[in-house]
Amino acid sequence: MSMYKSLDESLILDLGCIDFSSAYEIQKEVFLQVKKGLFNKALIICEHNPVITLGRLSRKEDMLVSFDELKERNIQVVFADRGGRTTYHGPGQLVVYFIFNLEFFKKDLHYFLRYLEEKGILFLSVFGVKGVRKAGFTGVWVDDKKNISIGIAVKNWITYHGMSINIKEEAVNNFSLIHPCGMDIKMVSLEQILQREISLWEAKQMFLSCFKNKEVVYV
Amino acid sequence: MFKVILPALSEGIEKATISFWYHKEGEQINKDEDLVELVTDKAVFNLPSPCSGIIREIFFKEGQTVDIGEVIALIEEEK
Repeated sequence: MSMYKSLDESLILDLGCIDFSSAYEIQKEVFLQVKKGLFNKALIICEHNPVITLGRLSRKEDMLVSFDELKERNIQVVFADRGGRTTYHGPGQLVVYFIFNLEFFKKDLHYFLRYLEEKGILFLSVFGVKGVRKAGFTGVWVDDKKNISIGIAVKNWITYHGMSINIKEEAVNNFSLIHPCGMDIKMVSLEQILQREISLWEAKQMFLSCFKNKEVVYV
Repeated sequence: MFKVILPALSEGIEKATISFWYHKEGEQINKDEDLVELVTDKAVFNLPSPCSGIIREIFFKEGQTVDIGEVIALIEEEK
């Protein structure tokens, strides 16, 4: 695990490849640090081992295969206390958890969702890709395919959970096992968009570069 | 009795869905302890109890949609 501070003193943790449940425990620890006031905000970046997570609004019909088949494929199924429906995380996908104290930001849930989309759009623009919002469908889209999924939870006006960005082609293959976010949509990876190989390391560096300007982080 | 009101969660958002009550009627709750979880779009919001006391009445079930500003529960405050 790497830990460092950005120029504006927020905590940034890189957990590498880690189980969803283990990362959730670390999120909770960091949440407490932010609650105590040690940091106003923290970012946790990682990749997960294959897992399907069920959000608060998930429905049975979001799953397109049986639990037995998922077990055979070594894919875990986990409940997550975040908004939204069903999604997939796995190798080749950059997951970013945002532990932000909104007392120092803006106490508005949907404003924060739009802020995360803005960060996703900024990240894609670094690669020369035009990501867009779709009204009523939170996330970042490229040519009608979804590249970035977003789902958050808020407690004491401190956020947790966040976004997942599909970087490598392998990251999107298992989305065929579910209706992502309960919808009949296509997911796309950055590698598929650019038709070239991109390492997770490169993606992480580019993503963090979107946070090094104080003016971008504080509003 | 302390009236627990659904607070404004976001500009332009007039409703939220109750997804989970952390306590039942008749149970003791402490100030700032999680009382209820609400869902709107891709966000889950945990509303803490505004005071310590006993939850006397819960007006909405899990899954019901509530308008911002509505009274969702009554808590008998501890003296």
